[in-house]
Amino acid sequence: MIDWIESVLHITVQMGTLYLLASLGEIYAERSGILNLGLEGMMIMGAALSFIFTLAYGHFAAIIISIAAGILMSLVLAVMAIHMRLNQVVAGLAITMLGLGLSGFLAFPDIRKNILLSLNPALPEQALMTQEAPKLPEISIPLLSNIPIIGRAFFHHNVLVYVSYIAALVMWFILFKTRIGLSLRSVGEDPATADSLGVNVFLVRYLATVISGGFAGLAGAYLFIGFHPFWQEGMTAGKGFIALALVILSTWNPLRAVLGAYLFGGIDTVQYRLQLFGLGAQSPYFLAMLPYLITIITLILISFENLRKRIGVPKSLGIPYSREQD
Amino acid sequence: MDELVGLRGIVKRFPGVVANDHVDFTLRRGEVHALLGENGAGKTTLMNILYGLYKPDEGGIYIKGKRVKLKSPRDAIELGIGMVHQNFRLIEGHTVLENIVLGARDLEFVIDSKRRGEEIRRIAENYGWKIDPEMKIWQLSAGEKQQVELLKILYRGADILILDEPTSVLTPQETRELFRALRRMASEGKGIIFITHKLNEVFEVSDRVTVMRKGRVVVTEKTTETTQEQLANYMVGRPVVFRPEIAEAVSGEEVARVIDLEALSDKGIPALRKVNLTIRSGEIVGIAGVSGNGQVELAEVMAGLRKATGGRVIIAGVDVTNKDPRKIIELGVAYIPPESIKWGIIPDMRIVDNLFLKAYRYHPYSNKLILNWRKIFEDSERLVRDFEVITPNIFNKARSLSGGNIQRLILARELSGIIGGGIPKLIVAAYPTKGLDVGATEFVHKTLLKYKKLGSGILFISEDLEEIMMLSDRIAVMLEGRITGILHRGETNIERLGLLMSKAVAEKR
Repeated sequence: MIDWIESVLHITVQMGTLYLLASLGEIYAERSGILNLGLEGMMIMGAALSFIFTLAYGHFAAIIISIAAGILMSLVLAVMAIHMRLNQVVAGLAITMLGLGLSGFLAFPDIRKNILLSLNPALPEQALMTQEAPKLPEISIPLLSNIPIIGRAFFHHNVLVYVSYIAALVMWFILFKTRIGLSLRSVGEDPATADSLGVNVFLVRYLATVISGGFAGLAGAYLFIGFHPFWQEGMTAGKGFIALALVILSTWNPLRAVLGAYLFGGIDTVQYRLQLFGLGAQSPYFLAMLPYLITIITLILISFENLRKRIGVPKSLGIPYSREQD
Repeated sequence: MDELVGLRGIVKRFPGVVANDHVDFTLRRGEVHALLGENGAGKTTLMNILYGLYKPDEGGIYIKGKRVKLKSPRDAIELGIGMVHQNFRLIEGHTVLENIVLGARDLEFVIDSKRRGEEIRRIAENYGWKIDPEMKIWQLSAGEKQQVELLKILYRGADILILDEPTSVLTPQETRELFRALRRMASEGKGIIFITHKLNEVFEVSDRVTVMRKGRVVVTEKTTETTQEQLANYMVGRPVVFRPEIAEAVSGEEVARVIDLEALSDKGIPALRKVNLTIRSGEIVGIAGVSGNGQVELAEVMAGLRKATGGRVIIAGVDVTNKDPRKIIELGVAYIPPESIKWGIIPDMRIVDNLFLKAYRYHPYSNKLILNWRKIFEDSERLVRDFEVITPNIFNKARSLSGGNIQRLILARELSGIIGGGIPKLIVAAYPTKGLDVGATEFVHKTLLKYKKLGSGILFISEDLEEIMMLSDRIAVMLEGRITGILHRGETNIERLGLLMSKAVAEKR
């Protein structure tokens, strides 16, 4: 029984890390007023590229390239949303569509083979054809991983899980305790006032969007090499949108996002586990629906004016800023 | 060094107008200097030049004796100039502390909230303000928000303070508190420029006063050496009637009654909570209160523009709750909307079109199908003349009119009887003099009093207590969607009104 709980918790954290990485960056973008709906597309590009680059050059290169791809895609979004002041929902969804299509194209066996050969001609034949790649090794943290039950669940993971722990803490601290965080939140609340006080609204929004792109790419890399190193087209399967929902559930707070991520991760895990026991097999959709149900309830709650103020929904979220339109 | 600011021979031209015509202005250390003038007199332009927003075409700016060039507000801020704008520039969702330190240049990477909070509290206490730096802005009253705006400036160490009509959102008590703080700042050697168009405030707080008219300085005087009448003359350029003749209220028949009226604001929160009020013909009922306490919602529900969520509106004996505005218009209701440029006219249509926006569908201006343009033109000429709308012709766009003339146009459309022929039974006037110059204000007052005499019942909403006390036969005070009290002419004074307007009363209930 303890073994069972331990392994459920372990997978919960693994699953949750995916949501956490993606939503941490998104929190920054939305706090600055930019809604990055391209999350799903950036994640799937991260996954596809980490598949290819792990085979060609190994894990480290894969992670770097995935992040770079996320950043590049978010720059496109930033130009559209910040400079050209386009509708952020449309722009973001376009990026998602682009990512889904492009990742499928790049990882298509024949195309992939050519890419792999041009990246690294010395690759063995077997690596050119496989749908799999080596998984990131799991590292046990000495002492901490010996704590009963939670030790293994939280401290026996690959490096990206540890990165997510640190990132959540650091990003929370920066957002609420530092000058940069104050500027970021000000820009998302009231760009005109922030501008009048000398905050560079455009720069801050670009940076925040790029951060969200980088994290989305990292989440994609984690999905593939850290969680499920077997390529399937469209393998993100809507998880980017769950991460978007998580941002709302966490009320734009990185530490609360940790809790929410494990809650959503736990729901996923329990759903698979129950299926193993034959429970819920008739309707796996019920549990799959839960994250969205929770999000809808959260959205209803924050639609109340008073709660909205207390929670601090970024007031200028999704609204482009221009100096002349005052 | 006695002189903080010296503006010498400032000229600023905008296409077609000279906004500042060789303006001289000085601010001394330790004084509150009132800058008085009608809208468009050039006060704001002058202050924007001092704050680095505009560059002057001619003339020099001297700060503490040194000639300076101001390229942007940053430069002005560096020189110790701070400005409190009429609309607060605060981030509602952030704390007081976050708002104040956001503009600080020496802000450390990890914000030292404890030290900064202490510093802020110390400055606030010095002026008798009780402000908790950890409070969120939206939790504060208008008066407290203004204190935060001032703290933002004081925290940066500014000693030249510009306040643009700072009392427009305050209750009388808050106003007095502000004046006390300003006097204290002056006694510490700061200089304060106080922009206003309210004459009484000039005498309450200032040491010297500069009056501007049409881009020029008319006079700069010691406040003790002048009078209200004199200053008004300087402002308008002719004698002004301060106390128009007021007819006794003839308590006539009831023209409007609202019963337990409830409505929501634009944000979906309750704006009216069981409001009860009657208006009789031949009387002016004033609605006093700090704006945003349900006054606009009351006017809109009565005009049929906002849904009542509870209660009833009865006009001329007819229940018109949630009825179509047209039905209400046809009962003889005239509506003068707040923010007349936004809600009262269609700026890109001609003056004549705007005059007949309501009457066009009725005889004799139309026979249900075709407009009788000849009649419309004829009557437009007459209306423009009768209501003193100053315009070269009736075919100009309404946009081209000044604020005062736009309000005259609206009065002409609503009151002249071109709809239905008679005088309006009920006039709902929401902030009809807000932002108008002295001349236009006088015209609005005169017109409302004329219609009162003719037998209209008038609901008169205003923030200006002097004006409300002067015109109203009864004054209802609104706070947070409730009427906290109704006072009759003669039993009102600023103190009592102020108390009813402030939260202290609400909390007692």
